[in-house]
Amino acid sequence: MTPIMIKRLVSVVACAFLLLSVTSCVHLKEYQKSRLNDSEMALGNRKVEKNELNFESYREAASGANAGKTGGGCGCN
Amino acid sequence: MRKVYLSVIGFSLLCRLNSHAQTKQDTGLYIKPAASLYTPVSTPDTAGYNPRALRIDEIDFVTSYYGQTGDHSAVTGGIGTEQVTDIANSLTLNLVWQNKPQKKNTLAVGLGFDYHSAASQAFVSKTGASSPTGTRIYPSLDWTVENTKTGNAFGLGAYYSGEYNYQSLGADLHFSQKTADKNGEFSAKLQGYFDQVKLIYPSELIPNTTTSDNGTVVTSASGTVLSGDGHGHRAAIPSSPRTTLSASFSYSQMINSRLQIMFLGDLVTQHGYLSLPFHRVYFTNGKDTVEHLPSSRFKLPLGFRLNYFLGDNIILRTYYRYYQDNWGIKSNTIGIEVPYKVTPFFSISPFYRFYDQSAAKYFAPYETHSPTDEYYTSNYEYSKFNANFFGVGFRIAPPKGVFGWQGLHEMEIRYGHYTQTTDLVSDVVSLSLGFK
Repeated sequence: MTPIMIKRLVSVVACAFLLLSVTSCVHLKEYQKSRLNDSEMALGNRKVEKNELNFESYREAASGANAGKTGGGCGCN
Repeated sequence: MRKVYLSVIGFSLLCRLNSHAQTKQDTGLYIKPAASLYTPVSTPDTAGYNPRALRIDEIDFVTSYYGQTGDHSAVTGGIGTEQVTDIANSLTLNLVWQNKPQKKNTLAVGLGFDYHSAASQAFVSKTGASSPTGTRIYPSLDWTVENTKTGNAFGLGAYYSGEYNYQSLGADLHFSQKTADKNGEFSAKLQGYFDQVKLIYPSELIPNTTTSDNGTVVTSASGTVLSGDGHGHRAAIPSSPRTTLSASFSYSQMINSRLQIMFLGDLVTQHGYLSLPFHRVYFTNGKDTVEHLPSSRFKLPLGFRLNYFLGDNIILRTYYRYYQDNWGIKSNTIGIEVPYKVTPFFSISPFYRFYDQSAAKYFAPYETHSPTDEYYTSNYEYSKFNANFFGVGFRIAPPKGVFGWQGLHEMEIRYGHYTQTTDLVSDVVSLSLGFK
């Protein structure tokens, strides 16, 4: 098996597992969401992280996919 | 990539295991009576509707101190001090009102102010005589209308950032839609940033003489223009545009009562002047010039979040991002944070973030670029490196208010230590206060 074939096979298996996990979702009623509604469980950045995200985007070439700004900002040193 | 695949497979297994923990139907102790004297009373749907006047829902204040040291400043061609301090402050006022049934409006009015000191900034002038300090101001406005019944929302935003050498004007349009069972949500955001980069060159690289429509002018390092009358005038330094357009998408899903995930993806395109004019590059022959990068860039970041409530006190917050762009940079970011709830209102959150990236095609260190190169930069932001960021955060949100002050409903303090393999080291400490 060539490395490319192995890579493709792993991709297919990974996608299959991902699909299986999504289809295994349970329908939750509002009273079952108490843990999910905890502020620590929020699927986003904390308010206190705001300026950390700024410095990371200036010191690193990669940015985005974090629900933040994708442009603008400063002409920093 | 193998690590990524293994992570996905591991996550999938975790989802399968947890889903089985939730398959039992609610049984309860309620037994339906065989007969009842109760007669349901019908009430009109609009009985509960009262238009709600504009009110302040929340005020958020965030302040940070950032300190950095390093030895690869782009201003001096990839060598020299990178010492930076930055004090950033932002205040956001969230106003809400309801003018129609099920239509909740939120207006977020923000204002930010930063003050920074950068040692390398002084060396925009060859002699180190330029000002090493600067300020930035950034107001923002965001209006969102939400259907309180369906949870769907639509909104518009505007943003401005201004500092001496860089102006940015931005706008966005965003909407979100929940699934029928409200366990999933899709959201999209279209953003546009229209920036102006002021062409402040290193002092020795400023064109000495410029011929304009009004005659010949001589430009000095400070931006003062000496015209034909022999007097110096503080003239506007020319700017060059930079445009960023992006489309951001996300989908979040509750998997079970303890686990939720989110997929994130952005498509970002940039056009215009993407270099910075005061960044020097030294060629192999010892001569220096200004950084020169392509005038377009396409970025593709793809992210994934997974949060899991472990037991009664511990939460796992994880994040992974893969990034690729057409300048040759590939990057992986992995983050994990483990909030421990000491009480329901007080938590301690240690965190760790690992980042790595490959170098851009156009990067080379000091005095290694060839004069024949088409594009060149010695900015270590585009070099190959990895970075570690770790620290701890504290969050307190008691029902009677922080320090017994009812108005201050939440306080967060967070400290982080950041190191890059380029020898850049920084520390950041932040405080967030939420007022109701």
